[in-house]
Amino acid sequence: MIDDSLWFRPPPRPGSPPSAPPKAEPAVVEVVIDGQKVEVSSSWTILEACRSRGIDTPTLCYLESLTPVNVCRVCVVELAGSRTLVPACSRRVEPGMEIRTDSPRVRLSRRMVLEFLASSVDLSTAPQAQEYLAQYEARPERYGSPATPTPAGERDAREPGHHHLPEGTAAETVAQPVKVDNDLYVRDYSKCILCYKCVEACGTDAQNTFAIAVAGRGFDARISTEGDIPLPDSACVYCGNCIGVCPTGALMFRSEYEMRQAGTWDESRQTSTDTICPYCGVGCTLSLHVQDNRIVKVTSPMDVEVTHGHLCIKGRFGFDFVHGGEPDAEPTRDG
Amino acid sequence: MDLRFHGPEPTADERAAVDSVLGPPISAWAGGPRDLVAEGHSSAVGGHEARSRRDLLLPALHAVQDRFGWIPPGALDYICRRLTVPPAEAHGVVTFYHLFSLSPRPEAVAHICDDIACRIKGAESLCAELNHRLGPESDGSWRRSPCLGLCERAPAALVLNGGESPEAVTLAPAVADDIVAARQSASVGWVKPTEASPEDPVGFTHPTSSVPQSGSPTLRLLGRIGRVDPESLDAYLASGGYAALNRAIEIGPAGVIGEVMASKLMGRGGAAFPTGRKWDAVARATDRTRYVICNADESEPGTFKDRVLMEGDPFAVLEGMTIAAFATVSERGYLYIRGEYPLAARRMAAAIDAARAAGWLGENIRNAGFSFDVELRRGAGAYICGEETALFNSIEGKRGEPRNKPPFPVQFGLFGRPTVINNVETLVNVPPILVQGGAAYAGIGTLGSTGPKLFCVSGHVARPGVYEVDFGITLGDLIAMAGGVPGGKNIRAILLGGAAGVFVGPEKLDMPLTFEGTRAAAATVGSGVVMVFDESVDLGDILVRVAAFFRDESCGQCVPCRVGTVRQEELLQRLRSGRPIGDRAEEMSLLREIGQVMRDASICGLGQTASNAIESALVMLDPFPEPEADR
Ligand SMILES: Cc1cc2nc3c(=O)[nH]c(=O)nc-3n(C[C@H](O)[C@H](O)[C@H](O)COP(=O)(O)O)c2cc1C
Ligand code: SF4
Ligand code: SF4
Ligand code: SF4
Ligand code: FES
Ligand code: FES
Repeated sequence: MIDDSLWFRPPPRPGSPPSAPPKAEPAVVEVVIDGQKVEVSSSWTILEACRSRGIDTPTLCYLESLTPVNVCRVCVVELAGSRTLVPACSRRVEPGMEIRTDSPRVRLSRRMVLEFLASSVDLSTAPQAQEYLAQYEARPERYGSPATPTPAGERDAREPGHHHLPEGTAAETVAQPVKVDNDLYVRDYSKCILCYKCVEACGTDAQNTFAIAVAGRGFDARISTEGDIPLPDSACVYCGNCIGVCPTGALMFRSEYEMRQAGTWDESRQTSTDTICPYCGVGCTLSLHVQDNRIVKVTSPMDVEVTHGHLCIKGRFGFDFVHGGEPDAEPTRDG
Repeated sequence: MDLRFHGPEPTADERAAVDSVLGPPISAWAGGPRDLVAEGHSSAVGGHEARSRRDLLLPALHAVQDRFGWIPPGALDYICRRLTVPPAEAHGVVTFYHLFSLSPRPEAVAHICDDIACRIKGAESLCAELNHRLGPESDGSWRRSPCLGLCERAPAALVLNGGESPEAVTLAPAVADDIVAARQSASVGWVKPTEASPEDPVGFTHPTSSVPQSGSPTLRLLGRIGRVDPESLDAYLASGGYAALNRAIEIGPAGVIGEVMASKLMGRGGAAFPTGRKWDAVARATDRTRYVICNADESEPGTFKDRVLMEGDPFAVLEGMTIAAFATVSERGYLYIRGEYPLAARRMAAAIDAARAAGWLGENIRNAGFSFDVELRRGAGAYICGEETALFNSIEGKRGEPRNKPPFPVQFGLFGRPTVINNVETLVNVPPILVQGGAAYAGIGTLGSTGPKLFCVSGHVARPGVYEVDFGITLGDLIAMAGGVPGGKNIRAILLGGAAGVFVGPEKLDMPLTFEGTRAAAATVGSGVVMVFDESVDLGDILVRVAAFFRDESCGQCVPCRVGTVRQEELLQRLRSGRPIGDRAEEMSLLREIGQVMRDASICGLGQTASNAIESALVMLDPFPEPEADR
């Protein structure tokens, strides 16, 4: 039918924002990975080159949406001509690089990094790390039984420089009581591998709030607010972007934490449904994780251009009203 | 950026201490009163200016720490406001350095070196005595410290007195009476030169305790020390000073780089990188803003040569920097000196002022159309800040965490600009190269290791100190120069290159101390440390101290070093107490694996070398002899 109405109708809105003009094709470089010659884009990292060939490379501190900090060193590969191994996640490919991803040196370093982490950090809610541990046959028990956890605040008060000489018969850990100081999320730094992701997400890579930073030095380094003040006193705006990027469950929704404490958390009974945040016009994608017909946490998919996985307090935590209509739903939180 | 301040308001004194470095605030944004005419009721003026001064964070923190003996929360908030630094980040920076404290400390704190050279000269009994007289370490009146760079006069102490006129007193050899007196008395002066006298109030003519060769006519690097007043530019000029800069101006930047290349000068900071190549790379950079940095962080245990150079011949360090700047067309320089070197810092600061006043620094130097100025920055107690990229971050007001390389400093250095960074001793070698010519300089020493070299000889030798020799001398001859081991005792072990170096046994006395000679023996020249241990020494105790040093000084960024240094220390403690997990063979293989992952996968040289000394000792020296019978 021909539309001959008087009214001007705008053309249909594009389904996605108009795309930028195509960039110049990045140059292609040839590198050798595990004896195979491959051609990859010169803008890629070794990690991207490996993944494009289906070569499995473990990563812990790397995330597509954040600036690489290359601190965990679990992704190291051997590069011909380099005295040390190099981090695949941040090193760019260069023409003629000869890379080995599965040499004994590489395997040893990856296994040791995983053992170091597992012997000092609680990885029980880090399924990805658990897989790597099995894959690399890590034996964290070689370092002795874990030392007694430190009391609340002790690690946060440590000054750089001299420490008490350990006896050596027990392995020092970062175990400490969990920090529960607000209604929305908890911080269990016994599970922190110091991957810097939360700091990046809180800073220039996403939120620009700078509520948390790395403090202290060496093994006493930790994530902290200024002066270790509770989150409600800090600059935190509860966007939860730090929770979204934390690879170990050290940062966790209070709802998830309490259900885990009560033994009712059960991922096999959970579904995840994507929807658009109802609050404002930005249109962030929310993934609602639902167990027993209640929303138990909210994430956002990494690959959505609008958010790259990041949200604000409303989309992340403002879901209680959904449950409001249920007759038995007592408000449990005031946030 | 949301800045949120929750602490108390700064007191007038706290403001004054901060303003002494930053000047008065220019706007309400930066913590001053609101000027309604200029700023209105709600606009934020001055944010950009404030953010661009982040590199003043460390100097401002020093001012507060010096004034109050700690960093009160109101003062920290005020600094954050003035520089637009998020308080959480500032907290992260303060807690990185062991000379800063966020909890109240006594205004006077004695830092007692209990590191390896001092351990064998009674550091532990000194600590025990202080424990008795000043109370336990946890009270804060005294604290243990890593090497204070005074190893030739061990045991060493540094007393920092806070207050309106802060003072720093170094004591070596330190005795408890002097330490207690220095803590109490404000009359000791900012620095107590160990050997001052009425005729020579700065004490510079008595350097024999640090430079036993002083006065010898053959010295090229130490020649002025003890003979020429380090506080007088005229004396420097009269003794041939700045002849090299004049020569540089004659031959032009390319000519200078050519001479330095021809000299085959290798960096003396530990990594032995060719200096000419470094300068050439910066000179060729497309970015026109470039920096020259003198790395005076000298914190490698057993190293004190840079301190001796800066205390005894500060203008030579400046001249070397100025020539580097001329060659690379850099207009700004920084001298980053460790916070524990008060006398050297004072002499360098005075030399910078004197040189600037006389036109050897500043605009259009010698009318040669080039400008260069130097700023002195004090570290605050962190060995890792000697690593070049950590040093950049430290100057920039960030945590002193090393960056991943590449990119290298010559491309992406301080503030992201091409940067020349050289060790103090490297720079002091530059004037002689220009005066005598690169080719002639290359004739000194051996083919692979040219020039004169300073060695820091300490421990069980009759005359510890800095020795200047031509590259090529053997280890045994150097120890003989220092008077050999006193008391007719035998050598048990020698530490070469500091904590990041290796131990060798007495069978290596024939080894030439050159880059190639040490490499062939799987040893290292490193920073020039030669620390001698006689047979009375408990090597196990020394090794545990080395392990503890790395555990303390790791920046904590990467897993291999952050956890590896802890596991290494625990393992040594088990071997020492004879309580291995499994058997000794298993422990030894575990130690090797810990060493390998640190060497292979750590970000920087600290982690990469943290097991070298320990593994070398375990392989060759049997530091933990097996007990006769099982316990
Ligand atoms: C942990 C660590 C500490 C270092 N400390 C120092 C130091 O105190 N002084 C120094 O000159 N170089 C130090 N370096 C070496 C510097 O990174 C750098 O190589 C040197 O300053 C370059 O100067 P050069 O070429 O003149 O030797 C250190 C390196 C590492 C890995
Ligand atoms: S919730 Fe948001 S603002 Fe708060 S610490 Fe995490 S990232 Fe920062
Ligand atoms: S809390 Fe989580 S995201 Fe933050 S550093 Fe620790 S493990 Fe990484
Ligand atoms: S090796 Fe050690 S000092 Fe160097 S970056 Fe890693 S943790 Fe920091
Ligand atoms: S993933 Fe590459 S260093 Fe962590
Ligand atoms: S000053 Fe004590 S070991 Fe160097």
